[in-house]
Amino acid sequence: MGKRTDKNSYTIIFAIGMVLVVGSLLAYASSSLKGRIDTNKELEKQQNILYAMGVNENDDSNAVFVSTEDAPKLFSEYIKKQIVIQGDDISEDNNAYLIDVKKQQTLAKAGEKRKLPLFIGEKEGQTYYIAPIRGKGLWDAIWAYIAMDDNMVIQGAFFDHKGETAGLGANINKRFFMDDFIGEELMSNGKFVGVNVAKGNADPLNIDKTDNEVDAIAGATITGDGVSAMLKSELKLYVPYFENLKNN
Amino acid sequence: MGLLSKKDANLILDPLADNNPITIQVLGICSALAITAELKASLVMAISVIFVLGLGNVVISLMRNIIPSKIRIIVQLIVVATLVIIVDLVLKAFAYELSKTLSVFVGLIITNCIIMGRFEAFALGNGPWKSFLDGIGNALGYGVILIIVGFFRELLGSGTLFGIPVLGDPIAKTGLYSIGYENNGFMIMPPMALIVVGIIIWVQRSRNKALIED
Repeated sequence: MGKRTDKNSYTIIFAIGMVLVVGSLLAYASSSLKGRIDTNKELEKQQNILYAMGVNENDDSNAVFVSTEDAPKLFSEYIKKQIVIQGDDISEDNNAYLIDVKKQQTLAKAGEKRKLPLFIGEKEGQTYYIAPIRGKGLWDAIWAYIAMDDNMVIQGAFFDHKGETAGLGANINKRFFMDDFIGEELMSNGKFVGVNVAKGNADPLNIDKTDNEVDAIAGATITGDGVSAMLKSELKLYVPYFENLKNN
Repeated sequence: MGLLSKKDANLILDPLADNNPITIQVLGICSALAITAELKASLVMAISVIFVLGLGNVVISLMRNIIPSKIRIIVQLIVVATLVIIVDLVLKAFAYELSKTLSVFVGLIITNCIIMGRFEAFALGNGPWKSFLDGIGNALGYGVILIIVGFFRELLGSGTLFGIPVLGDPIAKTGLYSIGYENNGFMIMPPMALIVVGIIIWVQRSRNKALIED
């Protein structure tokens, strides 16, 4: 390295130049790809919602979504109504699936009334109520789409995560974990209790569907606790809606 | 390798065994412990690092005469971070499924000490072609260890390989499980990765005494 590169002035100019080059490169890449990325995210939401209500292409052991090409068509076919619950107001909104749950959670923390999206789907004569929820895992965000019937019994669940440990917490999006939730009751004796991801619950085959428990993943205690906490705090917000549903 | 001179070939082959970044230089241990609980994650991480290190080494090598020495570490960090972010954006736009599998690794790649180590130790003093070979070689050496560790951890910890059950069903007690075999839950915890890496180091050094330090 020559002497020229040791000068302070050179160092500063180099740093500024580098920041400009890298900054504009990243800005260009980000803005030119944003459209595509957003479309991908929307399609993924549709796939997730459909997955939760059992519209998927699962094989023997793997969770497989409907293809991205079919997703919009199937979404409008199966999802009959998208509603937004805000306090006592219930309104229809055909883009409710685009509501950012994270943003709404922040609003609620600031004391505002949060929008709760709920998607009502119909398949083979059965009605599914699908709620998008979001919580915290070990490292980062976890989220889920939970399909319920009108008694708040889980009919299907899709979990995903941003950065849980591969092979441990990351397995919440595997079928052996997600399928355990099917048939689990969220209520117990008329009260909302949620579903607990429990270690050593003596029911690893998950035969008992009224115990409000599913079997935890070994080595993923904190992710599992995050799932329990998310189900409990988020789905609870939907209880008034389901109570209304019954009274009417 | 007829394509490469002996010296160039050694740039790729050395890090695979006698100068392995993990077992000899003891770099990149953090990610080797974190993501090797399953084979698929090991493989994806290995491929990502091959890509980033190969390309990063070339970029740094091309810039080696204009980088101010006082801020070279920062420059290296920026180069690797930029590469990783661009790759991530492109994957999100064109291969969304794959990008979800990779999301965990993106942060880990930026902080991988092998990458900084090769930039600093090799690319800053050598031409782009040599640096490219060195990057690929070291990333392969890293990947080999990752895959060996991932293989044993997934097999003994979960009884699967690439997510496919190979030893039977632990809950229904079929296959090997019918005669009392159990998965070792400890294998999927990070400490066991360190022990597996330790065993590899032990085997390697007992086979080649020249590698043993005083």
